Amino acid sequence: MTAAPDDCLARNEWICGDYLSSRRQILLDAVGQHLELTALSVLIGLAVALPLAVLARRWGWAAGPVLAVTTVLYTIPSLAMFSLLLPVYGLSATLVVAGLVLYSLTLLVRNILAGLRAVPEETRQAARGLGFGPVRLLLTVELPLALPAAMAGLRIATVSAVSLVTIGAIVGFGGLGNLIYAGMNTYFKAQVLTASVLCVLIAVAADLLLLGVQWLLTPWARKGRT
Amino acid sequence: MNVLGSTWDWLADPAHWSGDDGVWHRLLQHLLLTVVCLIVSCLIALPVALVLGHLGKGGALAVNISNVGRAVPTFAVLVLLLLTPVGKWGEGPTVVALVLFAVPPLLTNAYVGMREVDRGVVQAARGMGMTGRQTLVRVEVPLALPMILNGVRIAAVQLVATATIAALAGGGGLGRIITAGFNLASTPQVVAGAILVAVFALLVEGVFEVVERLGPAWARGGR
Repeated sequence: MTAAPDDCLARNEWICGDYLSSRRQILLDAVGQHLELTALSVLIGLAVALPLAVLARRWGWAAGPVLAVTTVLYTIPSLAMFSLLLPVYGLSATLVVAGLVLYSLTLLVRNILAGLRAVPEETRQAARGLGFGPVRLLLTVELPLALPAAMAGLRIATVSAVSLVTIGAIVGFGGLGNLIYAGMNTYFKAQVLTASVLCVLIAVAADLLLLGVQWLLTPWARKGRT
Repeated sequence: MNVLGSTWDWLADPAHWSGDDGVWHRLLQHLLLTVVCLIVSCLIALPVALVLGHLGKGGALAVNISNVGRAVPTFAVLVLLLLTPVGKWGEGPTVVALVLFAVPPLLTNAYVGMREVDRGVVQAARGMGMTGRQTLVRVEVPLALPMILNGVRIAAVQLVATATIAALAGGGGLGRIITAGFNLASTPQVVAGAILVAVFALLVEGVFEVVERLGPAWARGGR
């Protein structure tokens, strides 16, 4: 029998190199789940939000109800949102994704709609005068001009989703949130701190990535300033 | 649907409403936490934002702090605080986390509101011989009030949400009904708790909406 090693794990320190090396696989799995849940929910949210925003723009009367519903959805706290979906999806990853989709949807619809509304009427008329049909007008004029606002919404939605995934720990699908939850119950300081820092890093990385995508997608915006 | 029926039965049972784990007690805890923390956050954030906005300094800080707030998971902060010495003060971690998450929207909105006040109006106030303090109190703050109140409203909704999550880390409030339901594997209780939380959050939002509508015209802004 050897005595328990006196390393940082045994002393339960906040920062612990041994934790990183001995729990590498657990951490990687948690990060993987975190990224998967975030990406899936934001992408589904985007796929639903885009048509909703376009329709709300086309038919003015639809804008009020759409915005009202999304505001109500956004007001519901995340823990309650996941719980309300429990009877529908049970304890599953789908529940977390569904909850996050509803939040992303709210932010994305509002921002895309604001972007579409900000397209100057003269620009639209000029495009019509050039013989653009409604579809071509939407795809080649309105959507590109709405892109900066839409991207701003996408960045907020993604960063929020990264942070909200942790609440999914209540149903066992919270990515890094699972580690935080387990670490809380066992007073495992290194695990809680490491998982929290990773969460913030993922959020910052995702934000920078989307900023880069925006830079690539809007070449006209960067020509002006050198 | 079956779940709806049993949820209704849960809510209709008077035994679930009384006692220390009852709905009324949890609701009171939730309300108290929200109100106390909203007042504390306002006392911290608003003076700083108003002075910075008046002086026109620290703008990058005031605006970016709310982006940082969004990237940091509430749950992670709660658990981290729970494991520090603060965790031994009972509701300590919850209160600190609530205040931390309510300050950014207050700060950002109040600062932006102050900076959006028409510079011409401010210069006119100067021209009339108003001192800096008079300009701040009589001109800038009244004109920035719609934005400041909007920040208070966002902070209040954020507080309700954070107070719910606090239940995951052992804090009080309505969230406890949900977490207890998960521990008991009782879907009706989970859903009943979620409905209570959602209704409470919407009521808070609704109260602000009504206050805004009933307020004097100059406080409503050009929405």
